[in-house]
Amino acid sequence: MSNAIIISPADDVAVAIEPIAAGEAVDYGPAQAEAFCAREDIPIYHKVAVRDLAAGQKICKYGEHIGEALYDIARGSHVHVHNVGSVREDLDNK
Amino acid sequence: MQTFLGYKRPDGRVGIRNHVLILPASVCASDTARIVAGQVEGAVTFNNQNGCSQVAPDQQLTMDVMAGYAANPNVYGTVVISLGCENCQMDLVVEAIRQRTCKPMETFIIQQEGGTLKTIEKAVRAARAMQQEAGLIQREAFPLSELIVGTECGGSDPTSGLAANPLIGELSDRIVDAGGTAILSETTEFIGAEHILARRAATPQVRERILDIVHRYEKALRLVGEEVREGNPSPGNKAGGITTLEEKSLGCIHKGGHRPVMAVYDYAKQIDTRGLVIMDTPGNDPSSVAGMVAGGCQLVVFSTGRGTPTGNPIVPVIKVTGNRQTYAAMLDNMDFDASPVIYEPGCMDRLAGEFLDLAVATANGRKTKAEALGFTEMAIARVCNYV
Repeated sequence: MSNAIIISPADDVAVAIEPIAAGEAVDYGPAQAEAFCAREDIPIYHKVAVRDLAAGQKICKYGEHIGEALYDIARGSHVHVHNVGSVREDLDNK
Repeated sequence: MQTFLGYKRPDGRVGIRNHVLILPASVCASDTARIVAGQVEGAVTFNNQNGCSQVAPDQQLTMDVMAGYAANPNVYGTVVISLGCENCQMDLVVEAIRQRTCKPMETFIIQQEGGTLKTIEKAVRAARAMQQEAGLIQREAFPLSELIVGTECGGSDPTSGLAANPLIGELSDRIVDAGGTAILSETTEFIGAEHILARRAATPQVRERILDIVHRYEKALRLVGEEVREGNPSPGNKAGGITTLEEKSLGCIHKGGHRPVMAVYDYAKQIDTRGLVIMDTPGNDPSSVAGMVAGGCQLVVFSTGRGTPTGNPIVPVIKVTGNRQTYAAMLDNMDFDASPVIYEPGCMDRLAGEFLDLAVATANGRKTKAEALGFTEMAIARVCNYV
């Protein structure tokens, strides 16, 4: 039974569809190539990295960029406001 | 080729309902319109809060909604009722309607008829006669290319971006691929992802228009001290797992599917482009839906996480949720359960097929939950206080 969902095959993150405890296997179904475990607790509907992400790298969800990694993020980590920054369009220089 | 059963109108458009609309030109005519509609089986109306004491741009929004409602193909004909002294004068309303459609129309001005009771008697007789004629129109088969489907989300939760909005996006794609039109609405929800949406524009002009409506909306809100980009995503969004504004917006714009954006329309303007289009509407559900209905959509698909009951006077509103608890708890209001998108990997294609079947059945005459309950709430967008 899956405990996560990945929206687009290109995505760097899966979304937990139930709370996933640290050390528990992350399972997002047929799209998943390799088994890995959550490195920390992932609350329901929060994101978990499905691959290692380097600091400064754009993070993909919905097949689009949702922000930038502020630090190196290892596979299985909780991906949220503590390690992701928003990349906002500069309105004044449109 | 998949077809639906609709009503051909003399202006060439195709409706999926056959309403007689009692249209109040202002707030002062709204209760008279309500009483008239109550006397004629199947007649519909709404409480028009506007129509007078509005700044010019707001009066234009009201005029466009009134004209668009009368022209909406789900309407057989319209009985317009005005008070007489409002800013939305009867001749202006009639002209605006006639610019959009040649369908049957009757008009009554309360101050000229000699008060509400005399107006009610005449308007009821006119509406009744119209309703009798409307009954003669038979449904015929039309291709899905005749459909304009509006998309909306409200009372969202984390399942909206995961399941219900992607499912609506699949429906949008199927309607567009069949040659029809899907409308992506709610400009406030684009903020943060407007550059992504802009990349999907079919032409540089459309790209500019997408950025323009977003920045125009932000400027209007700034006039009253609102900064959409500050404090958004909200603490509640963040607790629910949303990290950035881009992510929040992407969940919303999924409703439009994956096709290029062919055109951008201002609020309540008549839609005359096929494919995926954008309309500049507020995030407020009843006024966003009203803008799309005025644009000519015959059907609205509406995603919700918490569950909302709102309908529309002339267009069926299909409620879909990806939250299985909400689906069970709000079954009286929910039309479709999108939660399998979350819990059954790989089911999207099958589910999208079932959802399209529901949309076609609804077009054919199956009533939505909101219709069966008689829900007709709506609002008209405005940018300024009353004068």
